[in-house]
Amino acid sequence: MIHALLEYDFMRFSFLSGLIVGLIAPLIGTFIVIRRLSLIADALSHVTLGGITFGVYISSVMGTTINPLITGIMFSVAGALGIERLRTVYKHYQELAIPIIMSLGIALSVLFLSLADGFNQDLFGYLFGSISAVSISDLILIAVIGIVVLLFIYLFYKEMLLVSFDEEYANVMNISRWIHFMFIIVVALVISASMRIVGILLVSALMTLPVAAAMRVTSSFRQLMIVSVILGEAAVIAGLFLSFYLNISPGGTIVLVSILILLVTILLDRIGVSKNDTATGSV
Amino acid sequence: MEHPIFEIKNLSYTYKDKMETTPALRDINLKIDKGDFVALVGPNGSGKTTLIKLILGVIKPQNGEILINGKSLKNFDAWQEVGYVSQKSNSFSKGFPATVREVVLSGLTKEKGLLRRFGKKDRKKLDDVLELLNISGLKEKNISLLSGGQTQRVFIARALISDPSILVLDEPTVGIDARHVKEFYDVLLRLKEKSVTILLVTHDIGVVVDHADEVACLNEHLHFHGTNQEFKNLGEAELSKIYGFPLQLVSHDHERECCS
Ligand SMILES: Nc1ncnc2c1ncn2[C@@H]1O[C@H](COP(=O)(O)OP(=O)(O)OP(=O)(O)O)[C@@H](O)[C@H]1O
Ligand SMILES: [Mg+2]
Repeated sequence: MIHALLEYDFMRFSFLSGLIVGLIAPLIGTFIVIRRLSLIADALSHVTLGGITFGVYISSVMGTTINPLITGIMFSVAGALGIERLRTVYKHYQELAIPIIMSLGIALSVLFLSLADGFNQDLFGYLFGSISAVSISDLILIAVIGIVVLLFIYLFYKEMLLVSFDEEYANVMNISRWIHFMFIIVVALVISASMRIVGILLVSALMTLPVAAAMRVTSSFRQLMIVSVILGEAAVIAGLFLSFYLNISPGGTIVLVSILILLVTILLDRIGVSKNDTATGSV
Repeated sequence: MEHPIFEIKNLSYTYKDKMETTPALRDINLKIDKGDFVALVGPNGSGKTTLIKLILGVIKPQNGEILINGKSLKNFDAWQEVGYVSQKSNSFSKGFPATVREVVLSGLTKEKGLLRRFGKKDRKKLDDVLELLNISGLKEKNISLLSGGQTQRVFIARALISDPSILVLDEPTVGIDARHVKEFYDVLLRLKEKSVTILLVTHDIGVVVDHADEVACLNEHLHFHGTNQEFKNLGEAELSKIYGFPLQLVSHDHERECCS
């Protein structure tokens, strides 16, 4: 693969995209997991698929090429706003927003898929990820999203931590309203960026599995973020290699590696490397 | 003339949930001056927490008006001046992956302001407030591993770290052992000397009588508001009316407590 990396542009593009996604998906994932929003990521990924199929359809109708990632981002941001809106409508059943938006996403995908014929080959890549389909414009978009996400976390880390930990207190301090809004948009961006590599159906896995694994062995929030990113990158790199050599969609291999890592951490946790030991060990 | 810290005018609040409506507060008028230590007492469900949430802008009043420092709630933005311990602070920390250090530091978020990160001074404040509440040893511990009383002290530390001039405490000492309760009130009295305004919700009437300057008795209506001396002089009949069952303040050698 090292050879292929040097040889082929598309390999470099997908490998770099993978590294970016392996960083930002678990980073945002820590906030998603602790705010118990894992399912929102799933709903948004389906809306993104709707946007992608829309992009492909529009391109075929108008005879131009619009990068479907762009329409995907637009749909997923719109879906994020929709979820926020619905969450205030159903105050006591906030999770109702998720199946509503998710089914809308699937319905739109089916609609545009049917309208745009002969799209099945690409579709497989969007559903489960692909290493051969990452173009230079995809890479640029993913890199820009990566920078936006890193900036967001660098600038608003303390606000995000407070809002996630204690929403009422954040309300009292008058800082939660707009941060929540920005966060959900960032989530939508990360989903669009990750989709190229792991595919729509597995995006939320890359956001949550490394965090789930890291949670077993860390005690502070900062540690949780760092370890999640390390595990996420490990899964992406190992997954891309496996994908290349076994000729399997990278979404499948990356998620399988993540699950393997998760099982190992649970096992480690069982045999006594407990939260406390790692906490004192790190001081 | 200086404005009162809190001024509550004709405040009413009713919870509306689909079919059901629960009136929680009716026609409350209350003024709290700078440096006062006011205890808010009343039976369960009497609207104490509701009043606190209205004052802090967590919920919006349907009728009436609340002024902080002479400003309406909408226009008040000096929330870093307000330290708050909520009644349920203990319950939502379960399983959250953060250390005592991270939780207590988060109390400085507003004061620090946007786009600025915690530095050396903030870590000094952290160490001081942990010292004050006797939890320095727990600094790097995950909060989901603490006992109930330890957790509660962590939340008190978060409220105190920004050196607030107003403290709003909703049953902060629930689950804290006698020694640490005493230390907590010592801290409050020290803050009071620095003319911090304190609004304390509590069921511990003995403490109220000993430490607070003023007592407000709530049960949907504000039944009584006066100095603690006046509160002590309340007859059995009046207390029973507020609590809805026979009640009297009995006096022991050192302290007074509330019995039925
Ligand atoms: N979120 C809510 N929705 C509907 N009704 C509520 C809600 N919160 C409180 N209530 C009702 O409002 C009334 C006042 O509640 P509140 O929590 O203010 O009482 P409290 O004085 O703080 O009681 P406690 O001593 O038990 O803490 C109660 O009758 C309660 O049932
Ligand atoms: Mg209460």
